[in-house]
Amino acid sequence: MALDVMIVDDSAAIRKILHRVLLQADIPLGAVLEAGDGKEALEKLQSSSVNLILSDINMPNMDGIELLSALKAQELTKGVPVIMVTTEGSSSRVMEAVNLGASGYVRKPFTAEQIKEKLSGLI
Amino acid sequence: MTQERIIEMMRAATRDVFGTMLGIELTDLEAFAQERAPGPSEGVLALVGLAGQWAGSGTFSCSANSARHIAGQLLMQPYESIDDEVLDAIGEVTNMVLGNVKTSLEEELGPMGLSIPTVIYGRNFTTRSVAKSQWIVVPFGCNGETVEVHLCLAPSKEAGGLTRLAKDQLAAVLSILD
Repeated sequence: MALDVMIVDDSAAIRKILHRVLLQADIPLGAVLEAGDGKEALEKLQSSSVNLILSDINMPNMDGIELLSALKAQELTKGVPVIMVTTEGSSSRVMEAVNLGASGYVRKPFTAEQIKEKLSGLI
Repeated sequence: MTQERIIEMMRAATRDVFGTMLGIELTDLEAFAQERAPGPSEGVLALVGLAGQWAGSGTFSCSANSARHIAGQLLMQPYESIDDEVLDAIGEVTNMVLGNVKTSLEEELGPMGLSIPTVIYGRNFTTRSVAKSQWIVVPFGCNGETVEVHLCLAPSKEAGGLTRLAKDQLAAVLSILD
């Protein structure tokens, strides 16, 4: 089964890098959707479904914690694994994400191998 | 916390980001403190705000040539001129560098918030901060040029510090003179 993935980050550069890592990863990749913040992600998820979300935390309009909370509150999205990819290293923010149901956490700066390792752990 | 300890954190965070994400090995140059807000008279300057019990601003600055080189290394493609992708890349590098400095500072200064980066590109501009504290300037040799990371931090006088932070950033942005 092809894996549809959404990348949520306000930096187009990071979205591009993560997209490239996904293409290089040894996974059956399907569609890759991109969103610049949590609000745009939720809007896109109203008309598309994904199997995995990679999300930043610190974003304008709706941050990654708010997005995670909204995803876990909806029947259709509460089972979708969410990996946080962020510079946010404070233990309180990371714990907040974990308590809300984040499936993993990768700190920026990251290597392609770190992302691939998280993906293989989920698949 | 001593100035030397903060410089050590800034060096470690910058080397980590450049080494991991860009494949660039930086050369340490002598760090110093200055009263005025930092910034080149031309090139690219990215600012982020820090807020909490301690508040302030952090910046990353470099020449247009270095900005193209850094973006090229990050995104694995050449850039002939400064465009939105280059500015976005410099904003993200700044976010990662200062975000990691923030994480180190939090161990001793308590939780802080980090603002979304603002990136400025141009010639003949200057920046000004209303903050009274000194700026710590940490320069690095990078591909034959100098790039700099700057940090200005002081105990916050206002609960939360965000109002003051917003004022500082606004003052810095509004003082750009073409």
